[in-house]
Amino acid sequence: MEDIKRRLCDIVGERFVSDRAEELFFYGRDPGLMPPHSPDFVALPGTVEEVREIVKLAFREGVPVVPMGAGMTLTGLCIPRKGGIVLDMKRMNRILEVNDRARYTIVEGGTPTGALKAYLDAHHPRLRFSIPDSPAATTIAANVMIHGQGRLTQQYGFNSDMVTGLEVVLPTGDVARIGSCSLSPDWFSKGAPLPDLSGLFLGWLGTTGVITKVGLKLYPRKKMREVEIFITDSPDFIPDIIYEITHTEMTEDINIFAQPLPLIFKDNHHVVVYFTGDTDEELEFKKKSVFHALDRFIKNKDGGFMTVGPGMKQSLLDMPQRSASTFADVTKGGGFEYSGPIILVEKYPQCSRKLDELAEKYDLKYHATARIIGRGHAMMFAFSFTFNRADEDMMDRVRAALREASEFALSAGGVFWKPTVDEQRRLLQAMDPVTRRLMQMIKRNLDPSGIMNPGNWEVP
Amino acid sequence: MRHEEILHRCFRCGWCKFTSDYSEFNCPSYRKFRFDTFAPGGRMWLIRAWLNGDIPNSARYQEILYSCATCGSCVEHCAFSFRDDLVEIFISAREEMVNDGRIPPPVRDFLKSINVHGNPFKAPEGERGAWAEGMPVEPYSDQDYLLYIGCVGSYDERGKKIAKALARLLSRAGVSFGILGDRELCDGNEVRALGETGLFRFLAESNIRMFRELGVRKIVTLDPHAYNAFRREYPGMGGDFEVLHYTQLLSMLVSQGSLSFSGFRERVVFHDPCYLGRHSGEYEAPREILDSIPGLERIEMRQSRENAFCCGGGGGNFFTDILGGGEESPNRIRIRQAVAAGAQVLAVACCQCAKMLEDGIKGENLEDRIRVLDIAEIALTALKG
Ligand SMILES: Cc1cc2nc3c(=O)[nH]c(=O)nc-3n(C[C@H](O)[C@H](O)[C@H](O)COP(=O)(O)OP(=O)(O)OC[C@H]3O[C@@H](n4cnc5c(N)ncnc54)[C@H](O)[C@@H]3O)c2cc1C
Ligand code: SF4
Ligand code: SF4
Repeated sequence: MEDIKRRLCDIVGERFVSDRAEELFFYGRDPGLMPPHSPDFVALPGTVEEVREIVKLAFREGVPVVPMGAGMTLTGLCIPRKGGIVLDMKRMNRILEVNDRARYTIVEGGTPTGALKAYLDAHHPRLRFSIPDSPAATTIAANVMIHGQGRLTQQYGFNSDMVTGLEVVLPTGDVARIGSCSLSPDWFSKGAPLPDLSGLFLGWLGTTGVITKVGLKLYPRKKMREVEIFITDSPDFIPDIIYEITHTEMTEDINIFAQPLPLIFKDNHHVVVYFTGDTDEELEFKKKSVFHALDRFIKNKDGGFMTVGPGMKQSLLDMPQRSASTFADVTKGGGFEYSGPIILVEKYPQCSRKLDELAEKYDLKYHATARIIGRGHAMMFAFSFTFNRADEDMMDRVRAALREASEFALSAGGVFWKPTVDEQRRLLQAMDPVTRRLMQMIKRNLDPSGIMNPGNWEVP
Repeated sequence: MRHEEILHRCFRCGWCKFTSDYSEFNCPSYRKFRFDTFAPGGRMWLIRAWLNGDIPNSARYQEILYSCATCGSCVEHCAFSFRDDLVEIFISAREEMVNDGRIPPPVRDFLKSINVHGNPFKAPEGERGAWAEGMPVEPYSDQDYLLYIGCVGSYDERGKKIAKALARLLSRAGVSFGILGDRELCDGNEVRALGETGLFRFLAESNIRMFRELGVRKIVTLDPHAYNAFRREYPGMGGDFEVLHYTQLLSMLVSQGSLSFSGFRERVVFHDPCYLGRHSGEYEAPREILDSIPGLERIEMRQSRENAFCCGGGGGNFFTDILGGGEESPNRIRIRQAVAAGAQVLAVACCQCAKMLEDGIKGENLEDRIRVLDIAEIALTALKG
C-alpha cells in the first residue's frame, strides 16, 4: 500500500493524495443511508493523463477505482465498497469549448452543473442546458452517467440523451473517444451515424470507465420563463392531466409534487408547469394552450390553477432549485433519500397512494416528486423521506420504507433509477436473462480485472 | 461543544462552497486544498466524527479546522436555515480543541504571544504606540472618538503606514479623536476566532473596563476585525459603545463636506474585507469614499461584496499561515482576480488584507501591474490642498 501511495503521489502530486483518517472517513460515506466503507486512498487528478496513469496503476495492482463527482446520488454509488482509490474528479472542471452555432459544449469530467450554468449566463446568454435540481456542486459527467433529468427533460428526454460525445479512460488505462469526436474534431453526436458506443458507459455507474470529457447539447434559451401550478386533490386525474399538457408541446418542464406539510399543500397534487418564450405573446400563447387543454378538469371541478406567490415562484424558477435540498432539514436532521423509479405516468395514482401508506406505516415525513420524461413517455417518481441523521431509529424506518417503495415500484413495472447496490441486484435478477448475459459480457470485456467501482452492477 | 446539536444537520451538499452564481468556488480553504474535507460541509462532518470518536484530533484534523479563514462565505451561501451559525460552529470546534490541548503549533505560538506580550509580534508592549511618534495625534482623554488601531496597525510595518495615513486624514478633517498609544490592548478578535475563549474574555473585559474608565463613547477602528469584536462580542459583555469602522467615518466626513478630494487618476478595484463586508454588512461606505474622488475610476471584480473572495488572512491565518502558500493560496488567487478585472490599484480597508495581498502580488510577480493601497492612503493622497 505504501508503494501505491508513493506512486499516486508521483502521478498527481503529494498535495492531492490522501490516506489520512479524515479523508477516509469523509469519502467513505455519502449523505444517504448506505453503509459506509472507507477507501484506501483519495486522489484528485487534474488531467486526463493523470486519470490514465492512476487507472493503469490500479489495473496492474488490482486496486479498485471509484470515480466520484459530488457524491450526491444519495444511493451510495461512490462509496468504495471494496476500498481502493476514490477519484474525486472535481479538479477537472474546465469548460473546454462552447460551439455557439452547433449548440453544444465540451466540459471536463468534474465540471459542476452550477459552473456550466454560470459560464453560459456570462458568455452565451442565448444557450442553456438541462439543469437538474441537484445541488450546483453536482457534476455533469455523473449526471449523464446516471441518466439524470433536468429542466429540459420533458422536451428532450433524459440528460444522457443530450450527450454529444464522450472521452473515457477505460479500465485498462486506454482513452476512448465516443461519437463523432472519435474521427472528427466536432463533437456533434454521440452515436449516429456510427454504432452508438456511449451505451457502454452511460448508466454503468462508473463500472466501465472514467469519463474525462463530455459533449453536451445546448438548447435555445428563451428570454422569459414562467411557472404555473395546476392543482387537483385526486392522484387519479394526474395521468390525464399530464397527457393533455404534453399534447400541447408547449412546456419546458413538468414536475408534480405532493407533500403533507405545510398544511396548505396537504391532500393536493401540484402539477408545476414551466413555460418559456421570447415575447409576451409567445409566453401567453403557450400558457393559453395549456390552460385550454385543462379546461375540462376545471369545468368538472377536478382541478384548477392556483395563485403562486412571488416567494414560491422565485423558488420554483431557481435553476438549480435550492429548495430541493432543504427537504433534508424538514426534521432538522440533515438527511433525505428517495427511491426514484422510472415508471409510466399512468402509475402515478398507485405510486402516490403507496407513498402515503408508507409514510403512515413508518411515521415519516415525505415528499412526492415526479418529473415527466419526454412527452409523457415515462416519469421519475421519487418516494422521498426525510430523516434525522442523529436518530438511528428514524434512519432505519426510512431504510425500511425505501425498501418497500422499491419493491412496489419493481412490481408496478418501474425500473430503479440511480439504484442502490441492493436495487441493482434486484434489477439483475428480474432482468431478461439474455440481456443480463449481454451486460455481463460487456463488463467482463471492458473491465477484466473488475477494478472499476466494484460492487456495482455485479452480475450474481 | 456549543452548537453541537446542529452538526448533524449539514447535508454536505456543497452550496456553501460557491459564489451566488456558482461561477467559482468561494471557500478559500476548499479552493486551495480541494479535498471535500476542507469545504464547510467537510468540516461539519469531521467535527461530528471527532466528537463521536470516529477520527482523532490529528495534525490533519487541525489543519482542516484551522485553515478556515472564518470568511463567512459559507454563511452567505449555505442553503439551510442554520447557516448563520456556521462560522460560530467552526470556532466552537476550535475552542474544543484548545480545551483538548491539541492545536497546531503556530496557533499555540500566537496565543502564547498574546498572553505573554499582549500582541502576536512578540514585540514589547511599550512600543505599541510608537507608530504615532511625530504624528498629529493626542492620547485619548475626552475627544469625540477613540481611534483604536489594533496589533497589526501598531506593530506591522505595512499596518503602521496605514495607521499613520488614517491619523493624518482624520486630523486634516478636523475630527476630534485620541489614541490609547501603549495603553492599547489587543481586541481579541483573532484570539476568539482561534478558539481561546478564556483569553478573549480577559482581553475583552480589560478593554471594556479601560474604555469605561476613560469615558469612551465612540470608537473608530482601523481594523475590521476589531470592529467586529467591539460591535458583535463586546456588547454581550457589558461593552456598549458606538463603534464605527474608519471607512464609515470617512464616508460620513465626505458627505458632510469635511473631506474633499482633488484627484487620483487610476483604475481602482475594492476588495471587501470579510469582517467589514459579510460579517458586518458594510459594502457601501468604502465605495462611497472611492467614488467621491475625482478621476478615480472604480471597477468591480466579479467576486465582490457578498461574493468577495477572502484574502486568506482571516480566522487567524494572517498570523498562523495555515492556509497560505503556493499558487492556490487565497491571496494569490485574489490578485489574479484583481488583475483580470483590469485594476491598477487594489484598494483595501484592512491592514491584514493589505499585507496578505501585497504578498500575493510578490508571489505572482505582478509588481509592475498592480499595487495595494488602503483607502486611507488613497484618500490622503487625493486630499485637496
Ligand atoms: C437535493 C437533490 C436534488 C436532486 N435533483 C435531481 C434532479 O433534478 N435530477 C437529477 O438527475 N438528479 C437529481 N439528484 C440526484 C443526483 O444528485 C444528481 O443526479 C447528480 O447529478 C449526481 O452528480 P454527482 O456529481 O453528485 O454524482 P456522484 O454521486 O458523484 O456519482 C454518480 C455516479 O456516477 C459515477 N461517476 C461520477 N463521475 C464519474 C466520471 N467522471 N466518470 C465515470 N463515472 C462517474 C460514480 O461512480 C457514481 O456511480 C438530486 C439529488 C439531490 C440531493
Ligand atoms: S454547510 Fe450548508 S450548504 Fe454546506 S454542505 Fe452543509 S448543509 Fe450544504
Ligand atoms: S468561513 Fe470561509 S473558509 Fe471557513 S469554511 Fe466558510 S467559506 Fe470556508
